[in-house]
Amino acid sequence: MTQLLQLLTNPLVYLLVALVAILTFIALNGLILVYVERKVAGFIQRRPGPFEVGPHGLLQPLADALKLVGKQLVMPRGADRILYWAAPLLSFAPVAVCLLPIPFGPHLVGLNVNLGLLLVLAFSGLNVLALCLAGWGSNNKYALLGAARAVAQSVAYEIPLLLSVLAVAFTCRSLNFTEITASQTTRGLLSWNVFSQPLAFLIFFVSALAETNRAPFDLPEAESELTAGFHTEYSGMGFGLFFLAEYSYMIVVCAVASVLFLGGWSGPFLPGHWWMLGKIYTLILIMMWFRWTYPRVRFDQLLNVCWKWLIPLSLINLIGTALMINLVR
Amino acid sequence: MTTIQKTMKGLWSLIVGLKVTGKEFCRPWITVHYPRQEVTNLDSYRGHIDLVPYPDDSNKPLCIVCRRCEETCPSGCIRIDGHLPGAESGEAARELLLISEVPLPGSKAREPIHAADKTLRVLDGFALNYNFCSLCGLCVQVCPVSSLTFSSDVYLAGASRADFEFDLLRRLRDRAKSPAKLRKAA
Repeated sequence: MTQLLQLLTNPLVYLLVALVAILTFIALNGLILVYVERKVAGFIQRRPGPFEVGPHGLLQPLADALKLVGKQLVMPRGADRILYWAAPLLSFAPVAVCLLPIPFGPHLVGLNVNLGLLLVLAFSGLNVLALCLAGWGSNNKYALLGAARAVAQSVAYEIPLLLSVLAVAFTCRSLNFTEITASQTTRGLLSWNVFSQPLAFLIFFVSALAETNRAPFDLPEAESELTAGFHTEYSGMGFGLFFLAEYSYMIVVCAVASVLFLGGWSGPFLPGHWWMLGKIYTLILIMMWFRWTYPRVRFDQLLNVCWKWLIPLSLINLIGTALMINLVR
Repeated sequence: MTTIQKTMKGLWSLIVGLKVTGKEFCRPWITVHYPRQEVTNLDSYRGHIDLVPYPDDSNKPLCIVCRRCEETCPSGCIRIDGHLPGAESGEAARELLLISEVPLPGSKAREPIHAADKTLRVLDGFALNYNFCSLCGLCVQVCPVSSLTFSSDVYLAGASRADFEFDLLRRLRDRAKSPAKLRKAA
């Protein structure tokens, strides 16, 4: 046993173990979130939600997963074979990298790098490319429209997202998630960045909703207008991977939000990882609450909110933060 | 200034929306959980038609075999067999029984029961082909003696068309024999 643990001191082995753990977490999380989302939808609409498979429908996501795995993979005529099959993989693959630098506990981190924040932002940007390829490769007008929307939306909302993250990086003077968390443990709850940067938190959360294509910003896959948007043509696990990626990106943005603004793993009584998981899933529940409350926005409204409100506000917030830091210093 | 006011108002409306769904989230569900519960408020439910028996004899339908319902039905779902007491049942009896005066569909006023209706006739069979019924309820409206009513079989289901070809007279007699059993089967 000790020999096995000693193996972990080898950085490569450590990285591999971390990746496997993260992939397990992602798969498990997918199952849980599918169940939770359907239950939340049910409760908000005053109905029981999934109930028949297993006690209180607990096995429903497993049944859904089996159904998806068992389905035939179909490619439409005229689709670009390489791009079509590359897109779901490209959508799902970066998720594991995005979760690597995030500290789930004081020592529970896959890859403690100085530029962790940058790593997450860079790799989560790949998702847009995947959606674009899926839409383009499908040879389907709805998919193409969905892809066009995805690109316009993601490009627009990445700016306020980055600017709000930058304000936090200014105050914490670090791009390392572990250091950012540590800087919020000094004065208990009050040292959380959400209290010093409330505007940045709001902007980050709204932009994160748009980046993960969650309602009310789910225009790339707007069911009522584009059947399913970019993943219209995907069946079986092709669709399954997009689905899994969407839920995993929810985890990524909520994890980043709780590290940047809510003090990450810091909290009294319980071990750090429970606090971290609690914060992540609270944010996710709020995202689900949003989804079943708000109607989908129109596309011009979506871009107006971003360019006319979020970007100017986040710029003002950033400049204000920079000035404050210089004055305090 | 108005833009900012408008935006603030919009943001407040978002919070109001969250409050609404949040409240609904915490309240118990209002859907009826079918295999475990069944709906109870069936007074206004319009299922397929059923014969109404005499209040004092649940074996005997109120039907006077005037055949207005059969004539009125736009889908031709109903087929009535009856005979005059003393005559044989069959086609000859059918011809004899046919009444030409059928009130206009939709008129709420009941036609006065005319002399021919007062002849005693015996109902032999009331076949309903529910497959083609559009539930318009004209048969219930035209019945001069209120012998037809809507049943309340909410959970009616079947695997073949034959499952929806009912003999209402037999249903009436079965119901008279064991009312509880039939309700359970339905």
